[in-house]
Amino acid sequence: MIRVLLPQHLRTLAQVHGEVQLEVEGQPTLRSVLDALEARYPMLCGTIRDHNTQQRRPFLRFFACEEDLSHESPDAPLPQPIANATEPLLIIGAIAGG
Amino acid sequence: MSKVRVLVGTRKGAFVLTSDGKREKWDVSGPHFAGFELYHLKGSPVDPNRIYASQCSGWFGQLIQRSNDGGETWEAVGNKFTYDGVPGTHQWYDGTAHPWEFKRVWHLEPSLTDPDTVYAGIEDAALFRSTDAGQNWSELPGLRGHGSGPHWAPGAGGMCLHTVILSPTDPQRIIIAISAAGAFRTDDGGQTWRPINQGLRSEHIPNPTAEVGHCVHHIAMHPTRPNTLFMQKHWDVMRTDNAGDSWHEVSGNLPTDFGFAIDVHAHEPETIFVVPIKSDSEHFPLDGKLRVYRSRTGGNDWEPLTQGLPQSDCYVNVLRDAMAVDTLDSCGVYFGTTGGQVYASSNAGDTWAPIVRDLPAVLSVEVQTLS
Repeated sequence: MIRVLLPQHLRTLAQVHGEVQLEVEGQPTLRSVLDALEARYPMLCGTIRDHNTQQRRPFLRFFACEEDLSHESPDAPLPQPIANATEPLLIIGAIAGG
Repeated sequence: MSKVRVLVGTRKGAFVLTSDGKREKWDVSGPHFAGFELYHLKGSPVDPNRIYASQCSGWFGQLIQRSNDGGETWEAVGNKFTYDGVPGTHQWYDGTAHPWEFKRVWHLEPSLTDPDTVYAGIEDAALFRSTDAGQNWSELPGLRGHGSGPHWAPGAGGMCLHTVILSPTDPQRIIIAISAAGAFRTDDGGQTWRPINQGLRSEHIPNPTAEVGHCVHHIAMHPTRPNTLFMQKHWDVMRTDNAGDSWHEVSGNLPTDFGFAIDVHAHEPETIFVVPIKSDSEHFPLDGKLRVYRSRTGGNDWEPLTQGLPQSDCYVNVLRDAMAVDTLDSCGVYFGTTGGQVYASSNAGDTWAPIVRDLPAVLSVEVQTLS
């Protein structure tokens, strides 16, 4: 089981409260977790990754275990605390503005 | 008893304003989708409880929302807008070739006959259609592919397809407008298109009478006169009586003919409304006076409508999709401002009053007249 914490606007869109818990086969990666997230909540398709390029939206970040994974390969294994659900994967809306 | 529902899109959410036919007391619902930009909401003429909304943000991209109960509840539907084939390039601000990239949906136009069919005008400019109530979207590629597409360039607000007019008499005819490419028409249901810009003159482009490149801000049509169109161009108010084959200027005695919004009286096809804005570098009313101008002669002769509107120190803008009319016997006119006011007139512009004063900047206003 993988724990994912969405930004507030996406929790509203997906109609969830608190963390989302997902089942992911094998070693979890950003790609497999996001695939599972979008499969369970189709309304999130296109909101985290661009529909066509599958690239992370520029104002979103992926944090885990106090590290920024945003620039990691989407196929890199996620840290073990994410894989064993002792830590959540955080999807963060970057602070923008002045 | 008749009822009016005003759909307001703002920089930070959508609002639904409702009143009875007197249009004196209003209920305000919202914000829906708080925090998101709502570029446009529009109801189906066939099923008024079916409403489509374009929701977007810099963080989460584009969403399309659909309501089946008049805006009380909403459901996210399809938001995948993929250009047909290899998108190619258009001109960038510096004249270089720039790849076509989807940014947002500016305008949603529900079909006049089928509540499940809806058109979307997007940035970078293209026209999409859904025939399953917004779940799936397909481009009508003949528009971008008709030949002039590589020469289109964005206006200051982006290269947006912002106006979609469906002919009430010819289901094969659609008229669209793009900033800053101009107006285009199809007479075969969207397969083939041609520019309809003859008569437009734009001094800010190298060839002022070029076939494409004109910054059209909005076009309005009265449903009983589908060949007569009124256009607010960047500068100039224009008119055609042959569905765009040729245009002529009807700015007449307007104090400034720059502006964005234009609309036609529901029952008088020769009565039109504009909101003159000072200039393209000063997007606010002339002299700080918010005035709607009305022509009862299809243009050229204009009268200022000021009663109930601020006549000093007013420096808001009225954007292209932010004016609409209802179809009650005494035609109601509505517009929203970038200052967050939505003004209504229940007597075709003679007098005005704000429905709300302090919304986020208003991007669009549409009206539904309900029986």
